[in-house]
Formats: sequence, C-alpha cells, structure tokens
Amino acid sequence: MPAAESVFRREFPVKGGDFARAGEAACEIKELLKELGLDASTVRRAAIVAYEAEMNVVMYAREARMDLAVSPGEVHLVVEDRGPGIPDVELAMTEGYSTATAEMRELGFGAGMGLPNIKRNADVFAIDSEVGRGTRLDIIIRTNGHVTP
Amino acid sequence: MIVLKDVLALLDGELLTPATDPEAAFRKVFASDLMSDVLTSAEPGSLLLTGLANAHVVCTCSVADLAGVVFVQGKRPAPDVVTEAGTKGIPLIATRMTMFETCARIAGRVQDGGHARR
Repeated sequence: MPAAESVFRREFPVKGGDFARAGEAACEIKELLKELGLDASTVRRAAIVAYEAEMNVVMYAREARMDLAVSPGEVHLVVEDRGPGIPDVELAMTEGYSTATAEMRELGFGAGMGLPNIKRNADVFAIDSEVGRGTRLDIIIRTNGHVTP
Repeated sequence: MIVLKDVLALLDGELLTPATDPEAAFRKVFASDLMSDVLTSAEPGSLLLTGLANAHVVCTCSVADLAGVVFVQGKRPAPDVVTEAGTKGIPLIATRMTMFETCARIAGRVQDGGHARR
C-alpha cells in the first residue's frame, strides 16, 4: 500500500517466543500516538492492532519488524515477519480458528480472534503470506487529521 | 456505573494498588479469562473480572483502555505486575470469591454490563 507522507516513523523489532516482553512494542506505540495528539479512539484501535499483531509474532514467528508511520490522515502499520507463514489465509481469518498451543491459551491468547480483530479495527487491511518464509500485514487506520509533529 | 470502593465492599476485596482513587468509577464490566475476548469485545472504561493473573492482563487493559481489574478466586499477580499497573494508573483488586459469585454480586449493582454482541 502506498504510504502517505509521514510526519513520524519508527521501527520496532519483535522477537518470536519472547513472551516476557510481548506487548512492549504495542504499549510504546500507544504512548507515541498519544503524544502525537491523536484522538483516543484512533489511539485505541491502533494499539489493539499493534498488540494483536505483536502477539501473533511472539506466538508463531521467529522475528518481525513493525514499521509505524503516522501522517496527518492516517496511522500506517506494516508488520513483516520471518516465520512459518500461513497455509490458508482465508481459514486463518475465520473467527475462532486457531492453531495455538496450550501454553499460548494459558496466557489468555490463541482464541483465533487476532487476525479478525486486526481487520475489524483497521480501515484498510492487507495480508500476504508465504509458507516457509513469513507473513506481511499492511494496516491503515484513518485519523481525524490532527497530528502534532 | 460502579465505584471502586463499592467493588471492594461487595467482593470483600483487597486493593493491591493503594495509591488508586477509591472514587474511581467504571462505566461497564467485562468478565473473561481470555485476553483475546477482552481485546475484541470489552469497551473502554470497563472493569475487568478475570481469573488470569499474568502480566498480559495489565498490558491488555492498558492497550484497550480498560480502567481496572478484579482477580477472582484468590489469584494474585506477581509484585512486578502490580507495580506496572500502578505506573499505568490501573487499579487492581483481589478477591477470594469465585468468578460466578463475583459476577453475581456485581451484576446486582449494575443494570447493564453494557457490551454489545458482535
């Protein structure tokens, strides 16, 4: 997806399997968006999207890069992981479908709601996955236009 | 709407974050052990009732703008999780009551948990 001219960009590395630090990137993204003066609803949607995506990386992938770009009109988040990929994306987008382990479920995740919830909170959502290589999510959340550079 | 001090009294609860305002009010209530459900369905400003007591509970509440947590059935988060919640201004309450008892008591005080079905 072409990105709008951004007033803020930052990259967040995420490590697969690192449950102890899972959520740190999403919390940091949330604080940054608040500081940029975005409205509470937009900040919440972006934080939920970032957290769900981050948890997916931690649970399933080896590593990923989350690229955040903010412009006056939108929050653009690209999450590109190196991991097993998703054999059937349509199935993975079905609410309740999950390949999570018992350990993931004990942590309160892996209910098969992550990808559908990302899509629900996004204005534009694209997913591209290749088995054996990884998955790329491209998400845009439109804002009310107010950003403090 | 339910106020923190009333939650404590109803549940014979212990406030784990003593710096929290006892008059803090919660607009709605959501009960789940699944953080996936919290991220999907809980509304901002809600009080979360849960039997899960790990760091992801506080992180989830912070991300989704939930306003407080009740840990049921004697569950208690680790001290570093309590500290993190205090830093984020999220009150934590512990009760020995079961999830069912906790829900029943709070449901008697709030007319509507208020979460629309999806």
